[in-house]
Amino acid sequence: MNFFNHFGRYLLMIKGMFTRPENWKMYWKELMHQCSDIGIGSLGIVVVVALFIGAVSTLQTAYQLVSNLIPKSTIAQIVRDTVILEFAPTISCIVLAGVVGSKIASELGNMRVSEQIDALEIMGINTKAYLIMPKILASFIMIPLLVIVAGVLGIWGGRLAGTMAAILSREEFDQGLLNGFQPFNVRFALYKAYTFAFIISSIPAYFGYFVKGGALEIGKASTTAVVASCIMILFADYVLAALLL
Amino acid sequence: MIEIKDLRKSFGDKVVIDDVSAVMEAGKANLIIGASGSGKTVFMKCLVGLFEPDGGEILYSGKSFTTMEEEERKELRQQIGMLFQGAALFDSQTVEQNVMFPLDMFTRLTYTEKLKKVNEVLDRVNLKDANKKFPAEISGGMKKRVGIARAIVLNPKYLFCDEPNSGLDPQTSLVIDKLIYEVTKEFNMTTVINTHDMNSVMEIGDHIIYMYKGEKEWEGSNKQIIYSNSKKLNDFIFASEFLQDVKAMRMVEAEGKVSNAKNDSQ
Repeated sequence: MNFFNHFGRYLLMIKGMFTRPENWKMYWKELMHQCSDIGIGSLGIVVVVALFIGAVSTLQTAYQLVSNLIPKSTIAQIVRDTVILEFAPTISCIVLAGVVGSKIASELGNMRVSEQIDALEIMGINTKAYLIMPKILASFIMIPLLVIVAGVLGIWGGRLAGTMAAILSREEFDQGLLNGFQPFNVRFALYKAYTFAFIISSIPAYFGYFVKGGALEIGKASTTAVVASCIMILFADYVLAALLL
Repeated sequence: MIEIKDLRKSFGDKVVIDDVSAVMEAGKANLIIGASGSGKTVFMKCLVGLFEPDGGEILYSGKSFTTMEEEERKELRQQIGMLFQGAALFDSQTVEQNVMFPLDMFTRLTYTEKLKKVNEVLDRVNLKDANKKFPAEISGGMKKRVGIARAIVLNPKYLFCDEPNSGLDPQTSLVIDKLIYEVTKEFNMTTVINTHDMNSVMEIGDHIIYMYKGEKEWEGSNKQIIYSNSKKLNDFIFASEFLQDVKAMRMVEAEGKVSNAKNDSQ
């Protein structure tokens, strides 16, 4: 019953965002601010995670490919596909759910508790549209870009680790990258990125926007938002894979 | 002017506002007083539309706020300024940006014009040198003054203040009271103030409503409150021995004046 109550309120919150902005310029400014916060603010962690995930996947794939009959370029093929299909979109977005999700939930929660949202409402501003919509749109813009960055850097990290550990040469790795490449995999990764972007921004926004109480409740809302977002990302990951692959 | 007719609000089975009617006149400081849990915050939140009342009517200059279309409500809200208990300033913005925010959102003024208006208002609340400071860098009293500046920057017709003196020392409280009272008179605003502060009641209470368990128990002015016979009101207002002594002295003074007047007339 509690789930349906939350889900109903979540849908009403989403519906409430779609109104005519009071001032387009201010909404644009807020969107740009959120793009910077979500995109630039999370770039560092995404770069680090992607590089190491790519590097580790090269080393572990090489460790498992013991047969001499399999060409070494196969390692690059496996690394490419796992990074594009799973690591870049899913792992990056789980990390982003922690970074971006907790920020969104705590920011809105703090605004709610300190009556800043009420102050905006009294001015005649639709707070769902002004505070939540730019966060969701900014996530739609920035998170797929971050996933692309993560994909490129993951593969590059794998290439670097492969050559540094003398597992395979750069030429072998590059040749592996080109073998059997399917452009659909990139499209699939972007479908995932857009779906996860919506989850990462809207679920924490819901938990933050409707928080009641004080500092302790903001912390709880933030944790709940991250946990719920991660579960929803994994669930959506499975559904998308089952439907599209 | 704001007219409230038979306002009702409940949360579940608990009746928080029970058939309250009142008239808040323009150019006056209208105070709502009452103990914690008496329903005054809910009453104010109903007036500004943060809570939907279960029954009754709220009229802003004759227009019904309760039955108004959303777009009309939005327009009316631009004529409403509110000072919150904790000032509710935007943490990530400077004092100047906080005060400029309503102008950015609702006017088409140039940046220079907006800045001029912001400086005028900040000057009005005696905050000249704090423009570039963030809310975390200023005192509680200064935050309240920034809150007042933001509330009045669009020249609203209605000003709501929720516990404007909470957390302030008596001297700063007086400054804030004086400021609210002055802007009320200067701009002929309908000001509604929720307060616990007895100094405010005595200093600026042009019109006072005493709420008790969701009902309007007493209504009058600061001149009349001292002579009130309502036991509930007296227990609330003159809670301490000191205040009871003040009341007794005032009563003696008043009786003296009456008997002097009688003697003079004879």
